[in-house]
Amino acid sequence: MIEVQARLKRPHFELDVSLQLAHRVTALFGPSGSGKSTLLAVIAGIIKPESGRVVVNGERLFDSVQHINQPIYQRKIGLVFQDGRLFPHLNVAQNLAYALNFTPVAQQQFELGQITELLEIGHLLKQLPHQLSGGEKQRVALGRALLSSPRLLMLDEPLASLDDRLKNQILPFLKRVADEISIPMIYISHSKEEIMQITNNVMHIDHGRILAQ
Amino acid sequence: MEILDFFRLTQAEISILLLSLKVALFCVVLILVPAVALAWVLARKSFFGKSLLDSLIHLPLVMPPVVPGFLLLLVLGNQGIIGKYLHQTFGISLAFTWAGAVVASAVMAFPLMVRSVRLSISQVDKGLEIAAQSLGAHPLRVFFSITLPLSLPGIITGVILAFSRSMGEFGATITFVGNIENETRTLPLAIYSYTQTPDGDMPALRLVILSMALALGALMVSDKLERKAQQQIGRGHD
Repeated sequence: MIEVQARLKRPHFELDVSLQLAHRVTALFGPSGSGKSTLLAVIAGIIKPESGRVVVNGERLFDSVQHINQPIYQRKIGLVFQDGRLFPHLNVAQNLAYALNFTPVAQQQFELGQITELLEIGHLLKQLPHQLSGGEKQRVALGRALLSSPRLLMLDEPLASLDDRLKNQILPFLKRVADEISIPMIYISHSKEEIMQITNNVMHIDHGRILAQ
Repeated sequence: MEILDFFRLTQAEISILLLSLKVALFCVVLILVPAVALAWVLARKSFFGKSLLDSLIHLPLVMPPVVPGFLLLLVLGNQGIIGKYLHQTFGISLAFTWAGAVVASAVMAFPLMVRSVRLSISQVDKGLEIAAQSLGAHPLRVFFSITLPLSLPGIITGVILAFSRSMGEFGATITFVGNIENETRTLPLAIYSYTQTPDGDMPALRLVILSMALALGALMVSDKLERKAQQQIGRGHD
């Protein structure tokens, strides 16, 4: 259960949302500039809203009234970005294992082998990010986020920079993660087709407001 | 045989060379950590007075070196504001010692190091730092595991620039610590001294050739190291 209430004013943009996500997987749909990435940044702790609250599974990550504002690195929210953001100086195995340094063993939900098998990236472990194809990069980025044992996984247009052929190669993996892994997930996209393959729970956002749920 | 003899360094030349290397090495060690820290602050933070701080750091680059040398004498000399205290309380004397030469060249080399590291840090994608934080890494950890390794090419350039600047430092050094044989007479000061003595042209020329060889070597080493660092962070093929 995820509860978000946030108000944020920028010179040419205003975010004013109040939403509750009861389903494990929710898609956030909207055109570019609609505020979906801003909402993600608010939930992740990258941007601090002027007022509101962010509650994930009962834990208050942000609350302007109670003056709670957990920093990004304590929120345990896994992020997958459009551009992958793999660490260029670390190989695939080191990228995947990065979060394990900060996660107590007892709290680790996955093992490296489990993730490499799920995402079929076991043969890439020794490679550096610049040696990977766009699709491989995104699979590694997804695996890296999962290995941080997040309480919530947020994917921000993870397929937007891939061509159609690659998209169709990655979608089954995303579907696999959505179906097989019990972590709540928010999937952000401007593509209806893409979203339909992931989930039926769609939330529309435009001009910084939630339109329909 | 005579040609080979020309390339054999005399005892005096060797001690000049060793003193210069010692001063340059200590200079780099002295400024490395503060320069990287300051470069990070300038690249990543905005605060009141930032442009003033930036200008102050760069002053030695645009002033005649004799000016910082003289200011050092006023501040750190044995009669100086801080130097007097250092001298009387701890018996530390910087003026007219090789340690003072280190300080003089550190002041001159500092802006070069800060500039080069700062440029490198500002080129590191902030998105990578956010990604690292989202994986649970404290900002300090992010700095050491992501920002610093990705800025390595700029740090290497900064180190080489600072080292070379220190090896070549003349004005601030001679003003602050004088030109004392085996104590503060580094390569450029020795060259200057020879040019002021009769029959000094030949020994001066030998040191000039030595300086040029060192500079060339430093540039080649830095180029190689930088290439290697670029490859390590996956930029080598772009």
